Amino acid sequence: MNQIDNEDIRRKESTLPPEGVTLEALRNNCLSPDDVTIRKSELERQARIAEAQGYEQLARNFRRAAELVAVPGDVLLETYDRLRPGRSRYVDLLAMAQEFAARYDAPETSAYIREAAETYRARGLIRE
Amino acid sequence: MYRSKRFARRAERPVNLDTFVAEDHSLGLKAMNGPADPSPTLVMQAGRIIEMDGTPEEQFDTIDRYIATHSIDRTIAVEAMATSSLKLARMLVDINVPRQDLLKLLGGCTPAKLCEIVGHLNVVEMMMAMQKMRARRTPGNQAHVTNWRENPVLMAADAAEAALRGFDELETTCRVARMAPFNALALLVGSQTGRGGVLTQCAVEEALNLRLGLKGLTTYAETLSVYGTDEALRDGDDTPWSKGFLASAYASRGIKIRFTSGTGAETLMGYEHGRSMLYLEARCLLLAKGAGAQGVQNGAISCVALTGALPEGVRAILAENLIAASIGLEVASGNDAMSSHSDMRKTAKLMLQFLPGTDFITSGYSSMPRRDNMFGGGNFDAEDLDDWMVIQRDMRVNAGIHPVTENEVLMVRRRAGEAMRAVFESFGFPSITEHEIEAAVEAYASDDMPERDLVADIKAAEDFLAGPSTALDVARALLDGGFDDIAANILSMQRVRISGDYLQPAAVLDANFGVKSAFSDRNDYEGPGTGYRLSGEEWERLRRIPQEQSAARLVPTPRRASQEPWLTEKGSATTGRDNEVVLGVGPAFGESLDNTLCGLNHREVISAIAEGVASRGLQLRVVRIGDSADLGIIGTRAASISGSGIGIGLQSKGTTVIQRKGLAPLNNLELFSQAPLLSRDAYRQIGVNAACFARGEPPMPVPVRVDNMARLRLIVHAMLMHKREIAAIDPSRPLQALEISP
Repeated sequence: MNQIDNEDIRRKESTLPPEGVTLEALRNNCLSPDDVTIRKSELERQARIAEAQGYEQLARNFRRAAELVAVPGDVLLETYDRLRPGRSRYVDLLAMAQEFAARYDAPETSAYIREAAETYRARGLIRE
Repeated sequence: MYRSKRFARRAERPVNLDTFVAEDHSLGLKAMNGPADPSPTLVMQAGRIIEMDGTPEEQFDTIDRYIATHSIDRTIAVEAMATSSLKLARMLVDINVPRQDLLKLLGGCTPAKLCEIVGHLNVVEMMMAMQKMRARRTPGNQAHVTNWRENPVLMAADAAEAALRGFDELETTCRVARMAPFNALALLVGSQTGRGGVLTQCAVEEALNLRLGLKGLTTYAETLSVYGTDEALRDGDDTPWSKGFLASAYASRGIKIRFTSGTGAETLMGYEHGRSMLYLEARCLLLAKGAGAQGVQNGAISCVALTGALPEGVRAILAENLIAASIGLEVASGNDAMSSHSDMRKTAKLMLQFLPGTDFITSGYSSMPRRDNMFGGGNFDAEDLDDWMVIQRDMRVNAGIHPVTENEVLMVRRRAGEAMRAVFESFGFPSITEHEIEAAVEAYASDDMPERDLVADIKAAEDFLAGPSTALDVARALLDGGFDDIAANILSMQRVRISGDYLQPAAVLDANFGVKSAFSDRNDYEGPGTGYRLSGEEWERLRRIPQEQSAARLVPTPRRASQEPWLTEKGSATTGRDNEVVLGVGPAFGESLDNTLCGLNHREVISAIAEGVASRGLQLRVVRIGDSADLGIIGTRAASISGSGIGIGLQSKGTTVIQRKGLAPLNNLELFSQAPLLSRDAYRQIGVNAACFARGEPPMPVPVRVDNMARLRLIVHAMLMHKREIAAIDPSRPLQALEISP
């Protein structure tokens, strides 16, 4: 994901409402996996619910998750792997944070990765 | 050198197969309140935590940093830390302090502070606190469903049965990792056959886990393990940030997650730094909270035997459950891994979560026999289900498992097998035979299953994973196969992913796919009369265990219609001749009762006594004492009209007394109070003895079986028979002569 390409690899969201997910639609082959995938707006709504209930950390997690809806699965797994101890250099992490902000419009995730970069550098968790 | 045979016998008891180790905190062998645990401190500067639990910010390790940044609510931290731990402990137990207030206040506490607070509570207080602090109002449970042969038909059948039994979540794993797609598929199809809305997961490595979730085959994951020291966490190849990112990644795909932690893990890994297990667990829990986890499975989990080897280890396990609940996390409270060789010890430990209720009483009840449990053997398994349900009924407690009948189970297992066959056919997987389905319906364990071609199954499973098919295709295959209801359930499981309501704390789905979570089913316990009460339909359901019988069935009314009466009343009885012994029987004898408690027919009883009396040259005369069910009265009355002065009193349930005229009712010659133990031989000897008393000869001992369980087994029967005896009392017929037809 470090390579810069012009192709937009962001996941697209379905616009089918939940009521559209019926046996009839299934029978007629009108449903695709994207139609039964969580939407960014719903995760943002869950974040608001959690926040209103006093669950700050959970809300932050949902807000990051909302940002990650557009991120392809293999990128998620790669990012997880690169956040593991000793996998990335400090600058790699900063670049990754930058990319989440720029490509996926994911400021909270970006800040989270930047914070990891600082800690990893201080605590010897970066790849030299 | 003497050796006590009692010590020797006790040494063989299962509990003595358990290991008990002395505390030594330098080796990490300290469950809670460790001498090297830090004291709670918190220093803030300009909204930033600059000291926590005695450590200045410059010396924060990774976990400290994470907790200080993400976990502790800094708006309340100063107030919370300034409140005495004893006061906070009392607030946890105080029914007048609502859960919400405590969540807020405890959200500002450091790990050491949380440990100090629960350290003030004994286990009963912890249970009271748990009852109030658990997230969901309605307690729940999770089952493990695995089998060592990885037979998909059996797995689907087992999943269907577990879902039918009321488990909210089912977890499987694999022996062979490449079978994961099939196991997840079988769990999905089986679970939605048993009950719509059951959440499922397949515990495998994260990448595979996520792929299964993306295919819609699973709905949750609890593989996100965390540890309480940097070194242990690093051994697990993670940092707080990597785990936190993973949590968000799962949520971004609508997959519910919970973290996993538990006391003992850091000690086992060798990196506990002399800290107590509970202190390190408190760090784990705050880490999980900071990462935005909705919940955890904790309670020592796979380290339970290590924590449990220590003094107050089991208390520490409840303490960790309580800390988790008290900082707002859903708790799947362990009780899954083998905790003891002793059933008594296992059950005692279980009660700490079972009685107050947790979001999931076990984080995996082994729904199949131990041998098939691929999580390393379940603490409670298929064979313990009836015990579990009886205890729920005993205590009027919902611990998340429903009683079901054998027929319901057989039906749902068959349907799951047939549904799997339809899916396999549609996908072109190695076929499932009728023989296999039948075996899965009846199976005790996977040994009962015919062999499948594992190589072909693995190949098909891999292709399935690599291919484009998702749970939608599974639903369509079921629709084509005529399993509309199962298809609809699987489709609903997909539909609920769109909104992600089940990502909220402690969420489970009911049979209508309604979400029950900490928000929609908030635990509102505030003392007696509030919170979850097992009542209404749910209590009706849990109390009705299949073993329960009606009184009429336990002691059936004799069917007489087809039989000639063998006892005929012949008017009032009077005193007879010298050479007789009078047998007085109770009001119901031979009428509304016809057998004694041990199942001996009343006719047989009379004939045995008569034989005994006759063997000493005397005759037996039988009368009915119609106006009393009391054995003393029956015996006294019989003796009072006996020519020899010797009477025998016989209640219909078989309790017998030998009595002499003139003695007070309770001052008898011989009493045989344990009716269940009286055989035909015993009654014959009673006859002999009565005759001996009449002749002035010494009686012989009556043969009585020793059975300490007789009362336990038959007390209900005895009570019902006595009730019927009383119902037959007729004051107008105090003493009736009886004629016995041959």
